[in-house]
Amino acid sequence: MAMDILQEMEILRREIDGAFRGFGMGSFLEPSFLPGVSLQRFPQINLAQDQDKVYVEALVPGVNSKDLELTVMRGVLTLSGERKDEAVSERTWHRRERGHGKFMRTVDLPCEVDVDQVVAKFENGVLLVTLPIQEKAKPKKISVKAH
Amino acid sequence: MGMKNISSSGGRDIAKREASSDLFIRPSVDIFETDQGLTLMADLPGVAKEDLHVDIEHGLLTVQANAKSNLLGEPVQREFVHGKYFRQFQLPDEVDSERIAAEMKNGVLILQLPKAESAKPRRIEITSS
Repeated sequence: MAMDILQEMEILRREIDGAFRGFGMGSFLEPSFLPGVSLQRFPQINLAQDQDKVYVEALVPGVNSKDLELTVMRGVLTLSGERKDEAVSERTWHRRERGHGKFMRTVDLPCEVDVDQVVAKFENGVLLVTLPIQEKAKPKKISVKAH
Repeated sequence: MGMKNISSSGGRDIAKREASSDLFIRPSVDIFETDQGLTLMADLPGVAKEDLHVDIEHGLLTVQANAKSNLLGEPVQREFVHGKYFRQFQLPDEVDSERIAAEMKNGVLILQLPKAESAKPRRIEITSS
């Protein structure tokens, strides 16, 4: 039961962080990627976990995988890179809503992960990172013997 | 000179729309013009080619797409949701609807809207006699 309370508090802490992060820009939970345009931290991420793994999903449309850098160290995942503008010689802009530029974001991981086993997949502009939880960080079931 | 400005209808009902009870996300777009025509780029992360629909009817361009989530596990922190994208644009008359080309790259839709030949700027020779 104690583990649930700690997890609840952790979720609450993240939600409070999040409440101040996106203040005033766009509607709630709307996906966007505006490096260089908005004051929010980009890219937007979703964090989830199950018993064995931690999952991070990041919204990075229009970024080439070679311009994307991902590192994991001491329980912190860092995602950085650049969305480059394709050079076009002479053009007139009618509408410019997408952001271009460099971005960097750190994500606190909820538990210790096995860095050597981290897998990252980049598909349709969404990066999905799967991080297996270290064995020693997993809750251990202790069997109770009845006498 | 240039083409007329492209207007976008984010919230109004123009032409047909799917069940209006769904919440639609309006994708961010860049639109620019060169001598050859217009290029439209829309951010549609999480959308595969099969789930994207681009239609043109009477000069009205409609972009509709469904984004899918591949995220497993119990959510701990959520900053965005995948959903249905929808946005419409009124195209200027100079666009040649027959030759429109669409490409999906890294979750970005790139639409090439070429100008009809007759609308391209033509240099007129001045002869003197």
